[in-house]
Amino acid sequence: MMVPLIFGITLVSFLVIHLAPGDPVEVQTEMSMKASSQARDNMKKLYGLDKPLHEQYIAWLERFVMFDFGRSFVDGKDVVDKIAERIPITLTINILSLILTFFIAVPVGVLSATRQFSLFDKLTTIFVFIGFSTPHFWLALLCMSLFGVSLGWLPISGIQSIDVSDMNFIERVFDWAGHLALPVAISAFGAIAGLSRYSRSSMLEVIRQDYIRTARAKGLRERQVIMRHAVRNALLPVVTILGLAIPGLIGGAVIFETIFSIPGIGQLFYQSTLSRDYPTIMGILVIGAILTLIGNLVADISYAFADPRIRVNRE
Amino acid sequence: MIGIVWRRFKKNRLSMAGLCVISLISLMAVFAPLISPYDATSVDVYNVLSAPDRSHILGTDELGRDVLTRMLWGSRISLTVGFVAVGIAISIGILIGSLAGFYGGRMDSLLMRFVDIMLCFPTFFLILAIIAVVEQSISTIMIVIGFTGWMEVSRLVRAEILTLKERDFVLAAKASGANDFRVITRHILPNALSPVFVSATFGVAGAILTESGLSFLGLGVVPPAPSWGNILTSGKDYITVAWWLSVFPGLAILITVLSYNLVGEGLRDALDPRIWRSEK
Repeated sequence: MMVPLIFGITLVSFLVIHLAPGDPVEVQTEMSMKASSQARDNMKKLYGLDKPLHEQYIAWLERFVMFDFGRSFVDGKDVVDKIAERIPITLTINILSLILTFFIAVPVGVLSATRQFSLFDKLTTIFVFIGFSTPHFWLALLCMSLFGVSLGWLPISGIQSIDVSDMNFIERVFDWAGHLALPVAISAFGAIAGLSRYSRSSMLEVIRQDYIRTARAKGLRERQVIMRHAVRNALLPVVTILGLAIPGLIGGAVIFETIFSIPGIGQLFYQSTLSRDYPTIMGILVIGAILTLIGNLVADISYAFADPRIRVNRE
Repeated sequence: MIGIVWRRFKKNRLSMAGLCVISLISLMAVFAPLISPYDATSVDVYNVLSAPDRSHILGTDELGRDVLTRMLWGSRISLTVGFVAVGIAISIGILIGSLAGFYGGRMDSLLMRFVDIMLCFPTFFLILAIIAVVEQSISTIMIVIGFTGWMEVSRLVRAEILTLKERDFVLAAKASGANDFRVITRHILPNALSPVFVSATFGVAGAILTESGLSFLGLGVVPPAPSWGNILTSGKDYITVAWWLSVFPGLAILITVLSYNLVGEGLRDALDPRIWRSEK
């Protein structure tokens, strides 16, 4: 199941770049009218663009499987190295914001489900809609100017201060946390809205089930009914949704890494788009999709672990 | 049918408010040339970055252009992009979903694997990659957002068609000699469209957000043409001295997108037959 998907991912990434009108050489030479047709041909030969499309794809795929994504048009470095250098930062921020999302959204969802139609429920519903509708880059901008510039509480760009080498370990951790606070909070913002809505409806469905009535009927305290019987069951589908949030987080990285100048994969992707650095673009496109695939797989596996019914069904 | 849906929709006060706001914003976009107090592109060097006052209600930008005027013109572009992009996405989604659902078998598994593959890509990455190759203009933005946003619609349409295609009225249409095209377009699709409407309403909200993000990054609508997103780009550079440049366009996006989401939610409830039954 995974292999054909990965194959398809590479095919789509390749075709996106090669089938779109205008090819890399045209784009690179369009700025200079002086580039002769001879020079263009040479360039095409250099990138193998003179060969038929399927041969180009196979050649690219063969190198790709060996983790050779080619060299960047911009600085001639290996694309693999450039990506590997930046992925840990993006993943750290994504994982931190997933954790933050989970620990805020689930309690909020559960509370508003158990108090359906209460003031708290109405307020969270309004928050959810605003969370869905807020442009994250705008929120980032406002928070940056509020916390970073006006109040001066948090640094506004990068992931460490200039004088980080003079700090001891604890100061470094605080420095790092300060730099990451806004990016993590903002990238979690939209996901919190989505997930709290989802855990609310999942919880609403569960508390109408017969076994919840049974638990109440046998005289359990309300707290126990909710915590032991309802929440545990309501969480199952939430785990899957958490996995589905991953492409949004990775894609969103482009915007907030650019705003906060965080040297992650999103910023690299943005710079590569501006400079039309095709090897890097294709590399990140494939890696981003594979990361999503892995995220979904992890969600599926954890779902199977958490939910015994799935294992029964398979037999 | 429309009467019932409208009656149910009206009961949702938030959705009605959203609909009013959408109508108002659409009217403002349509009549932008008539109601704009200034010219959208004329530069006024004596009034650079002036704070909101009586002559410029929402202030001016770094070239002395009136922010309200630019936002009114920007609303035309942002709304057009939203609608056309969703139109493209829905057309592709309906086409692929109908083919997969109606013909089933090989066609179905091939198309749905393709959908799975497309869903693996973080949408924003895909959009940026295409933008890197094509020439940047308003029409390419619409096409790119449309081409990367059809997957959900195709799944919805497919699922609807799977439940409809063995129903008696479809079999009757087939038996009376209607060809596949006629069966799909005349008999199946009209009954399969309500989830698509809901998804389209949310889609417009998403497309407006995406366009504003792209324009903000300088990869969307190219200045001097105004869009809510690219007004924010200059807002970013002057945020410490000119808050109005970043607050108002952002609020415009927020309010518009919020209204579409509220209407989408209201539509979903109004069109949901499960809730109908429980009401009767």
